[in-house]
Amino acid sequence: MFSLYARRVWINRVGIALSMVAMSLGLIGLMWILWTLFSKGFAALSLDLFTQDTPAPGSEGGGLRNAIVGSGLILLFSMLIATPVGILAGIYLAEYGRISKFASFTRFMTDIMLSAPSIVIGLFVYALFVATTGGFSGWAGSLALALIAIPVVVRTTENMLKLVQTSLREAAFAVGAPRWQVSLKVTLRAVKSGVVTGVLLAMARITGETAPLLFTALNNQFFSANMSEPMGNLPVVIFQFALSPYDNWISLAWGGALLIAFLVLAVNIGVRVVFRQKDKR
Amino acid sequence: MSEPSASSGIDLHAQQVARFRLQDRFFHHTTQLFALVVLATLVGILVSLAIEAWPSLEEFGPAFLWTNVWSVPDDQYGALAAIYGTVVTSVLALLIAVPISFGIALFLTETCPLWLRRPLGTAIELLAGIPSIVYGIWGLFVFAPLFAEHIQPLLQYLLGDVPIIGSWFSGPPIGIGILTASLVLSMMVIPFIASVMRDVFETVPDVLKESAYGIGCTTWEVLRNIVLPYTRVGVIGGIMLGLGRALGETMAVTFVIGNANRIIPSLFAPGTSIASTLANEFGEADPGLHIASLFALGLVLFVITFIVLAISRWLISRSMGSEGL
Repeated sequence: MFSLYARRVWINRVGIALSMVAMSLGLIGLMWILWTLFSKGFAALSLDLFTQDTPAPGSEGGGLRNAIVGSGLILLFSMLIATPVGILAGIYLAEYGRISKFASFTRFMTDIMLSAPSIVIGLFVYALFVATTGGFSGWAGSLALALIAIPVVVRTTENMLKLVQTSLREAAFAVGAPRWQVSLKVTLRAVKSGVVTGVLLAMARITGETAPLLFTALNNQFFSANMSEPMGNLPVVIFQFALSPYDNWISLAWGGALLIAFLVLAVNIGVRVVFRQKDKR
Repeated sequence: MSEPSASSGIDLHAQQVARFRLQDRFFHHTTQLFALVVLATLVGILVSLAIEAWPSLEEFGPAFLWTNVWSVPDDQYGALAAIYGTVVTSVLALLIAVPISFGIALFLTETCPLWLRRPLGTAIELLAGIPSIVYGIWGLFVFAPLFAEHIQPLLQYLLGDVPIIGSWFSGPPIGIGILTASLVLSMMVIPFIASVMRDVFETVPDVLKESAYGIGCTTWEVLRNIVLPYTRVGVIGGIMLGLGRALGETMAVTFVIGNANRIIPSLFAPGTSIASTLANEFGEADPGLHIASLFALGLVLFVITFIVLAISRWLISRSMGSEGL
């Protein structure tokens, strides 16, 4: 009944329609999660969230001050570790990666570490650090998060450096600059904003990481800025409070989830907007 | 006595070159040292997990992998239930995620109007940026109740009486369980698979596609007969990348899988995965066999994901490398 042509056209229409359905499913998922976050998270937002510490079981109210400060400190120190290590390793891969077998092997392993299960990193830092120094601490948490951030910084730095035109490097070599000066003062400077982007994206990536903090930074119900002690942090607080029977705890968990998601999405979108303007210039 | 001016100039120059050479060697080795950090972490993970897991591996031997028991009071441990939950949830998640990711990649590369490509692509990438703990509480508080009330009864009504398949959907519709975990996982891996697929689809030379369109192929036919065969390797790599992600995902699964350390054939039943067992038990584990067995679970997870991710990266780099052909 159908001609061959009509059948082909119909198959095409069905295929295209299904792809649109898939795209809308993806968008619906994103919107659904964001809408839930905003509606439940905004209900929990108040000044108390930032000025009070996490409440004891059964008590009213409370905020997330200790967790916010703890998360901030842990993130700060993990980025202080991950940024120099990641950038220097990225320079190595970009400078020597084309000629060296060792470098391509390292690049391959870095790609694997990008997606390695974060909970295993937590186990590793526990075995290496927590079990040997005799306690959970903010430092252990920072170390675990740094190990997750390093591969991200390495790969973005390398990709950015590879974008630099060969003529720029050749010009620097031609005036007699040694390799390290070409690399640090010419190439790296040319892609400064790209490298900063990589660092920011790495930070966004580890902001919400929960699993590696469970056995390293643990949690702390009280305010503490001492990195050598267990430290309150947003992801673990969200995890514990969301599974608790108290309504105010669950509400605080939503507030914390909104804060984290807002930060992560703001960095992701901000980086893209800035980069797009750079492209246009 | 030689001419002072000329030769000292040459000497100075030679010194300068020698100094630069030394600095460059220093630079080479310093950056190499930092690159080694990543490798050292990888080796360190394997070694330290193996050491910590040793008491358990010695006690239970390879049978640890296929023993279906996890009892803290009896100090008997086997990984089968956790491995079963990990593999079943990940494979189910892929069954759902692969067709949807394929559709998204197809839409973004072939049918989407140009001005919409960027915002829609970004939206899908944002889905990957949302922290897994957010997926977790969303799954527990929003998705699971809805699933229990509407979708689970419907599935039981439609498929409950079909032989074999019906038993997959048996049991009380409580919302959390293996199937819920799979659905949440599938949402989390879609952006990863879709963006790899989109990237490899874009490596297909325009000439190939245009010649196919030129002899009258429809978009669907171009995709089936030109794009897919050309990018097969990369597409499989993207799927494996999603699998690697799904296997190791912790927080989202822990919230919705139900955390029952046994194997129940129904997909509605609660189960456990390696990562969620670790998240739940490690903090309060007794020293000795319990903690060693948890480390052994971690080792199993790391080895499995390492193999899956290594294959995936190899396939993707092979596919992207053939771009110049």
